[in-house]
Amino acid sequence: MTDHKTSKEQKYDRQLRLWGDHGQEALENAHVCLINATATGTEILKNLVLPGIGSFTIVDGHKVSGEDVGNNFFLTSSSIGKNRAQAATELLQELNGDVSGNFVEESPDKLLDNSPEFFHRFSLVIGVQLPESTYLRLGSVLWEAGVPFLICRTYGLIGYMRLIVKEHTVVESHPDNALEDLRLDQPFTELKHHVECYDLDNMEKKDHSHTPWIIVVAKYLEKWYSEHNSQLPKNYKEKEAFRQLIRAGILTNENGTPEDEENFEEAIKNVNTALNPTKVPSGTEEIFNAEQCENITSQSPSFWVIAHGVRDFVRNEGNGNLPVRGTIPDMIADSDKFIKLQNVYRDKAMKDAAVVSKHVEALLQSVGKPPESTSEQEIKLFCKNAAFLRVVRCRSLAEEYSVDTFNKDEISICVSVHPYSEMVLYLMLRSIDRFYQQHSRYPGVYNYQVEEDINKLKLCVNSLLQEYSLNVNVKDDYIHEFCRYGAAEPHTVAAFLGGSAAQEAIKIITHQFVPFNNTFLYNAMSQTSATFQL
Amino acid sequence: MADGEETMAVEGCSIGDWDGRWGHVQKFLERTGPFTHPDFEPSEEALSGFRHIHVVDMDIIDVSNLNRQFLFRSKDVGRPKADVAAEFINQRVPGCNVVPHFKKIQDFDASFYRQFHIIVCGLDSIIARRWINGMLLSLLSYEDGVLDPSSIIPLIDGGTEGFKGNARVILPGMTACIDCTLELYPPQITFPMCTIASMPRLPEHCIEYVRVLQWPKDKPFGDAVGLDGDNPEHVQWVFQESLKRAAEFNITGVTYRLTQGVVKRIIPAVASTNAVIAAACATEVFKIATSAYIPLNNYLVFNDVDGLYTYTFEAERKDNCTACSQVPQKLQFPPSAKLQEVLEYLTENAALQMKSPAISTTLEGKNKTLYLQSIASIEERTRPNLCKTLKELGLADGQELAVADVTTPQTVLFKLNFTSETCSIKQVQN
Repeated sequence: MTDHKTSKEQKYDRQLRLWGDHGQEALENAHVCLINATATGTEILKNLVLPGIGSFTIVDGHKVSGEDVGNNFFLTSSSIGKNRAQAATELLQELNGDVSGNFVEESPDKLLDNSPEFFHRFSLVIGVQLPESTYLRLGSVLWEAGVPFLICRTYGLIGYMRLIVKEHTVVESHPDNALEDLRLDQPFTELKHHVECYDLDNMEKKDHSHTPWIIVVAKYLEKWYSEHNSQLPKNYKEKEAFRQLIRAGILTNENGTPEDEENFEEAIKNVNTALNPTKVPSGTEEIFNAEQCENITSQSPSFWVIAHGVRDFVRNEGNGNLPVRGTIPDMIADSDKFIKLQNVYRDKAMKDAAVVSKHVEALLQSVGKPPESTSEQEIKLFCKNAAFLRVVRCRSLAEEYSVDTFNKDEISICVSVHPYSEMVLYLMLRSIDRFYQQHSRYPGVYNYQVEEDINKLKLCVNSLLQEYSLNVNVKDDYIHEFCRYGAAEPHTVAAFLGGSAAQEAIKIITHQFVPFNNTFLYNAMSQTSATFQL
Repeated sequence: MADGEETMAVEGCSIGDWDGRWGHVQKFLERTGPFTHPDFEPSEEALSGFRHIHVVDMDIIDVSNLNRQFLFRSKDVGRPKADVAAEFINQRVPGCNVVPHFKKIQDFDASFYRQFHIIVCGLDSIIARRWINGMLLSLLSYEDGVLDPSSIIPLIDGGTEGFKGNARVILPGMTACIDCTLELYPPQITFPMCTIASMPRLPEHCIEYVRVLQWPKDKPFGDAVGLDGDNPEHVQWVFQESLKRAAEFNITGVTYRLTQGVVKRIIPAVASTNAVIAAACATEVFKIATSAYIPLNNYLVFNDVDGLYTYTFEAERKDNCTACSQVPQKLQFPPSAKLQEVLEYLTENAALQMKSPAISTTLEGKNKTLYLQSIASIEERTRPNLCKTLKELGLADGQELAVADVTTPQTVLFKLNFTSETCSIKQVQN
């Protein structure tokens, strides 16, 4: 155990408490590509450089303009006329000496023309303020290469993000309100034996009042079973009767007044959740049934190999249940009783994980891979999180854009039910892209354009709706507003997206926490947002 | 979030600008639009950015700030945050004039705060938030019971914890204030004393034991030396002793990181969440300063643990808010109640949550301090009053008690109503 922390541990302390040392390691091994060092782009990178991303490369063929410096904290007026990638890299690099910054003075379109494999080296590509033709091209290249792609855009007071990743697995999703895994409805042998050691009817008051509520519930459940044909309390009435049964077990003093037994009160309070039937959650079940889990090959990522191993466990030694998680919540109890009970669960979890390991080993052998391909640590972590596994699959841009496969229902319903829904903003951005395609500029950039562009933009909206046979109405207010924006990129909206996008990037890189799927819209006017799966 | 406050003023174009500088902002100020604030008038004058900003921050820079506080570098560790922030911004943003104040917000009085158009906070405690909230409320002026709008200084407040955050807009006297929504804040995590003292189960209990009970006994660094969570030697000592305590009870899991986290009550923090909330607050400042759009009404919640989640709602004013309603606060106790019970009510009641209230009143025309905790000599002198009944202390039905506390810059006046002896002692929240 090191006595003092390295300066990196000190610097990153506050974030290590969220994603751990292994998460930080993943971050430090990552290389992110940012396309376009606009305000949005540099704000995103700032939030990746500060926490210590391994390296970044900015791809940008533009020269710094006066407007750029006006909304970008990482450009100064002395860089006007210089290449924007280079200028931004300097001031971003300066944020954190641990990070290595690079730049390529080239437009992404040129790179796509000449050497699209350039993008294969990155852990993630973030494309900012890109015209539709460019991001569609990039989307296709990155999809084939299996490189995650995050599109971000600030347009006036609207923020937009689109995540494209074929398959992203998450073991550590860190759920906010996870139910405990106590197995009271199906106590494993070691738990049964441990409960047997307690004789509630013949205990000293001190011990009685400091018996963990899990034991209390287990004991009274046995009593209940003997009177109810071994059936769990099922409905509200039965649960209430069960609570009363426990309450009747509270010690009383000479006068018959019940003593203050907090552990019994805890037992009563927890009856509702403690008796939930133990089962494999649907999310995990889906993962077990996935094709990638069923067909393990030597190319299978360890997520699927271990998933298959856990599935084997569930179908055999687990008797239909996942490996025991091994943790119990804190509860009123004396130290000795609590630790002993906790160890019962811990030991069982270790045993179960070891069995899973055996299954995984056999599996690896069957596809010709050495057993060291997955570590004990990995397997233990997987088992502990077996109830919280997540797989995120984001559709490709091709699927989103094709008239045959675009998400007509989602779009139509959203807009019909809520004319001011963030979905309208999505349609407006698609229309803006159409405008750009036709006029090689965005609407309303100059004051004199605003009026006439409103009609032109409306035509784009209508042609979009027509092409996709969308029978919805987009209010004129939005068309006017989007012309008003004049493709401006206000700094505060860029910064909001900067924080949002960076965190999604960190999720992709660390495989911790759950990324959004797949379209996010932020409205800074109303300070509202929505996520759609398009 | 960097602790601090800023004030903003809007002025015309000036030297130091370059061509196109305000390009991204101009569109919002010069053009009409369907979603703008009803009071908005487009103007051809170029907007300058916010030029006059004051920053108040009592903290100095720590190395653990560097993972997210982007205005600071490792060479700045040890320097006041306000100073370094001001220097950085003034250098990076030409024409911007940030004035730093290496002070507590409580070091300033009404005359200081009165000069600002907008106040933005990224404070690290509810107590501080309540204080500034109270200060801005005290600046409100009423004429014939009608609030004078020019006395309102909007307060934009942001806060984060890990991947969660919130941003809110408070128009003192008009919208819900900090105290109106006290119950929204999650209770602070505390451990029961008997667990810490004799029945530890978690590694945290072992650490708390060493921090609260063992340190004052052992005085490992000297007689009057208090535990300083920022001193690695202190934390190392607590860590070693906590390991020993844990070993006694077969508890595993005590680490240096956990020890420091418990001792300093560390809240995890990252750059991204802070960026989101800061941006949301800045957007509101922009809206209010320019009337370009209707401001957030009035509370935004953000969480990006699973996807990205926002929830926007209008927090309601409490009719009887202790801070912003004009309703006189009542205290209902039987005359036989002890002063201690009143003290407990002031600290434990969910709507009040005072920290160490000082209670005084007027008896026989003279001001009398009934109990005050923060000054040792007065605490000693007034301590016996806690065991006396309200009747014994000479208090009458309808008596006014003045209560001062860190949670508010102004004393709160309570009216004492005697209840009959048979009434339940438990207070009914009015």
